[in-house]
Amino acid sequence: MSDASPNSTDRQSGNSKSALTRFFGSRITWPVLGLAVVLLFNAIFIPSFFTLEVRDGQLYGSLIDVLNRGSIGVILAMGMTLVIATGGVDLSVGSVMAISGAIAALILTETQLGMLGIVPCVLFAALAAGLMNGVLVAYLKIQPIIATLILMVSGRGIAKFITGEKIITVGDDSYNFYFDFIGKGHLFGLPFTVTLFVTLFAVTSLFVRMTSLGLFIESVGANETASRASGIHDKGVKIAVYVFAAFCAVIAGLIDASNINAADTMNAGVFTELDAIFAVVVGGTALTGGRFSLTGSLIGAMLLQTLMTTLYTYGVPSDVAPVPKSLVIVAVCLLQSPVFRGQLQRLAGKGGGR
Amino acid sequence: MTSPVLLEIRDLRKGFPGVQALAGANFNVQRGEIHALMGENGAGKSTLIKVLTGVHSRDAGEVRFDGQSIEPRAPVQAEALGISTVFQEVNLIPHLSVAENITLGRQPRRFGFIDWRRVRESAQAAIARLGLSLDINRELCSYSVATQQMIAIARAINLDAKLLILDEPTSSLDEKEVDELFVVMNRLRSQGLGIVFVSHFLEQVYRICDRITVLRGGQTVGEYVTADLPRIDLIAKMLGKEPADIESMEAATAAAHHQDAITLEKGEHNPPVLQVNQYSRQGSIQPFDLSIRKGEVVGLAGLLGSGRTEIARLLFGLDSPSSGSLSVDGVHHSRWTPRRAIEAGIAFCPEDRKVDGVIAELSVRENIVLAMQANRSVVRTLPMKKQLALAQHYIDALQIKTPSTETAVGTLSGGNQQKVLLARWLVMSPKLIILDEPTRGIDVGAKAEIESLVASLRSEGMAVIFISSELDEVVRTCQRVTVLRDQQVVGELTGDDVQENRIMEMIASSHE
Amino acid sequence: MNFIPKKWIPLLTTATVFVLLFSAASWQYEGFASMYVVADLFSENAFLGITAIGMTLVILSGGIDLSVGSVIGFTSIFVATMITDRGMNPIAVWMMALLLGTSLGALMGALIQVYKLPAFLVTLGGLFFARGMAFFVKPEAVQIDHPIYDSLGDIAIPIGGGAELGVAPLIFLSVFVIVLVITHFTRFGRNLYAIGGNEESALLMGLPVARTKIFVYTANGFLSALAGITMTLYMDSGNPINATALELDAIAVVVIGGTLLTGGVGYVAGTMLGLLIYATIYQITFFASLRSSLATIAIGVLLLGFIVLQKLIHRK
Repeated sequence: MSDASPNSTDRQSGNSKSALTRFFGSRITWPVLGLAVVLLFNAIFIPSFFTLEVRDGQLYGSLIDVLNRGSIGVILAMGMTLVIATGGVDLSVGSVMAISGAIAALILTETQLGMLGIVPCVLFAALAAGLMNGVLVAYLKIQPIIATLILMVSGRGIAKFITGEKIITVGDDSYNFYFDFIGKGHLFGLPFTVTLFVTLFAVTSLFVRMTSLGLFIESVGANETASRASGIHDKGVKIAVYVFAAFCAVIAGLIDASNINAADTMNAGVFTELDAIFAVVVGGTALTGGRFSLTGSLIGAMLLQTLMTTLYTYGVPSDVAPVPKSLVIVAVCLLQSPVFRGQLQRLAGKGGGR
Repeated sequence: MTSPVLLEIRDLRKGFPGVQALAGANFNVQRGEIHALMGENGAGKSTLIKVLTGVHSRDAGEVRFDGQSIEPRAPVQAEALGISTVFQEVNLIPHLSVAENITLGRQPRRFGFIDWRRVRESAQAAIARLGLSLDINRELCSYSVATQQMIAIARAINLDAKLLILDEPTSSLDEKEVDELFVVMNRLRSQGLGIVFVSHFLEQVYRICDRITVLRGGQTVGEYVTADLPRIDLIAKMLGKEPADIESMEAATAAAHHQDAITLEKGEHNPPVLQVNQYSRQGSIQPFDLSIRKGEVVGLAGLLGSGRTEIARLLFGLDSPSSGSLSVDGVHHSRWTPRRAIEAGIAFCPEDRKVDGVIAELSVRENIVLAMQANRSVVRTLPMKKQLALAQHYIDALQIKTPSTETAVGTLSGGNQQKVLLARWLVMSPKLIILDEPTRGIDVGAKAEIESLVASLRSEGMAVIFISSELDEVVRTCQRVTVLRDQQVVGELTGDDVQENRIMEMIASSHE
Repeated sequence: MNFIPKKWIPLLTTATVFVLLFSAASWQYEGFASMYVVADLFSENAFLGITAIGMTLVILSGGIDLSVGSVIGFTSIFVATMITDRGMNPIAVWMMALLLGTSLGALMGALIQVYKLPAFLVTLGGLFFARGMAFFVKPEAVQIDHPIYDSLGDIAIPIGGGAELGVAPLIFLSVFVIVLVITHFTRFGRNLYAIGGNEESALLMGLPVARTKIFVYTANGFLSALAGITMTLYMDSGNPINATALELDAIAVVVIGGTLLTGGVGYVAGTMLGLLIYATIYQITFFASLRSSLATIAIGVLLLGFIVLQKLIHRK
């Protein structure tokens, strides 16, 4: 079931489809199962994983840690989901994160404006980055990986230029409560980042489904010519999703910078675009575009973070963690490949058929 | 002495899920002849060629080539046997040189390295065999499509081909280029090559071909010597008519059309919904005039490739015109796009439903509300209740057979997909709806439903442009028919004149 | 411009940009127009050059390979660790490294071709995998101190003006010449152009599309490993973080060199020019004591310019 068809389940249940068939036919089945497997593994082998404790009215524990660290992945995945649903991809989000962090750090250390200065500046950066990507893809018809590669290359240079090629630390004299709160604050007993990503997820989900934007995105991703022939402004839709992806990226950049109290343009957001693509693909949105599931992407991002946290618990250095990550990516893609599925079915046919 | 028969295909059968593309086709080609393979959409021409060249495998039947029974599994194998194909779309590499394109994959080598001198020599020889002279060192894409086609032929016969299949080679050529191609074809014929010529242009077929084989519905209608087959008979055979059929049907429709003619005259004072003057698009349709009034059904009749679809796409703004003017309700429009056309109350059900029409992945409901939704602003979404009601209304009204409003359209049958597409536009209550082959690939029952739907739309005052290869359908449905041939409007029939044989005569009449 | 074939425009633009850039820098900065600087252009970027040449082949075939930087990083630390920590013979280690890089390339090529997976995604997987394995081998830098490395380090070919080329640029130049010959004088090389130009047509023309595509990723894996070895020769050390994001620089060099990112058009010689432009820009920021981030931005702007230029030239 996709988010787009709220009635599909109850309407189709009239037919012979059992609950089980419906469960396995749904696009968020696999990420949910994957998450369940990892959590079950942790429940058996790392009992402390589920331990929660309350300190100063705030929750602590591995699960909370997953939610907190996973927030950047979820936020980027929201933007990436919509871009991928139109049949595109945005490789520049990591660089845009770095730019956002750099702008924030510069404003905090060089001016007294605080968040009042940061918010309009990063929003402007998001608009500029999104427009550049969107115009290259929609109007110049440059393939998305190539179009967004340009900003991926130069974006980090821009970020470094902003910070003067050093790590700008947001120290005592430039301390800003609101900025600090973004990455390290607590709200409702949980890290503020959780409120942030849940809000973004809820608002985005509601917006795309309450308006026709979600329908237009899926329509453009599934069949661009037919969408144009139905009167959909396909170019406008594409530009909108790239701007939104950049918007998500600047928020993620602020969280990252606030977390480490600094703008580290060398490392901020490196490889995050890959994590985001991973979350989207695992979450059941096809790279070819069309139907998308923000819920799936949310779970995909959480699955990835849980996997990473589990590996760290087992003492796998964070630098080596990409190895299992890459194996999971390739495995998931293989499972989605029609050729591979065909081979599997033939194997199963041989084994099961008498 | 080798036998004069080069290719012999007997009782060829090939089925795809849901359609029997070839149901016992026969086809013979002799050495040193140009043989036309003709038929309308779905006749089985392309399937026959694909089986012959090893793209598809066959279900049954025999193919004998050059005295041997063959069954190629890939185009490469067919080529090795001596069967080469040149398609309408030039299948060469645009940015490589002419010489390279001719020799690619079989370049002469010395010590494992390409011997460029011999590459050029061999390419030059291949070009000379066609009697052409051009610079083989230039990039392929610097030449016209026509020349590229010749180069493709040069490549195709470079490998000692015995049979050359030319699949719609002239579709994008102008008259002079066609002449050049025919010179080359004649030359090859005199060298003993068998040539299969697939084309929609009757004129060209009669100019160059020795014999004609007509396919219809996956079967061979017959094989004829070109000189002995009148054009009108060829058209009748392609469309599956017998002269007797036509006469009996005329009587039945004449009365109905008489009535239409009277209504038509009454409506003469209505301003036209859509009017175009000297509208044209280079390479696809010559300048034409067309106007259509409220409550009128205008047919576009002509063979495949005659420019029917091209007109439809122009009128809906999917392609931009090279000349001419267009007005809707008397208002002139200059930059005509689908969005503007929709705003002006025009709707279009395209010929290729899967590419330009329905969005297979989306549900029936979403497909039905799509155009209406796109015409509102993004935030003014139709409430789900309204969407469901609309979808359900049209599912009932058009009798769309679907398990639910949320079923993906791609899983429905062709006829039901067509109805979903119609529903998408009916929701908009357009002033004019353009239907391009609305009955193609759907079953007989659904065809009748669509015909009666057109009649009821018309009685509600909607204007309809109706395009179909089925002439009987056109005659039953339309009060006025614009006839096309070879990318030109050749005439218009109204009232009592809307008869199948009149249409066929017009198509058959040669250039003056 | 009618007398210039369209496909030459990007290459000629590249050559012009390089000449202008180098002349301007020579006029502006004393000592820029010297053989030392020329030798530096080649030496400092030898490994980038090798991998950019491999990338040219992949892009010509219409694909992309994002794993190269990680494979270089992995190779460098693998070679250093095996020689220094395990005391193995460098030549045996090189063979092993080349085999590993080649195998990874072949595996990725097979996944892309056989299972029709998007190249950027599979090679992203390769990027993660190789980088992770690099840290798995050893998480910090390792020095190499071996007689073979010493004697190779002594190699220096004088190129006039007192400047010399070491072993790293020599490997790069040999690779350049060999690949130049392969692309122009072998069927494999021409097939790459055909596949990148129009894969559908190439199939219909009976060219070995699948074999060629798998081979090009395999060859690029080999060249990445070779670039990694060259890096250890140049630096006398290995480090798992070496060559991070180098794939982006390699792609930029290829595109600035006039190769069409959609495949089918381009020259290995163009990539050499692209590399020289890249190297000159960095050299200028060094001479002018500008921030090197300006060089990154300049490369990004050039990349944008060339991609848009290509789009305009090849617009139908």
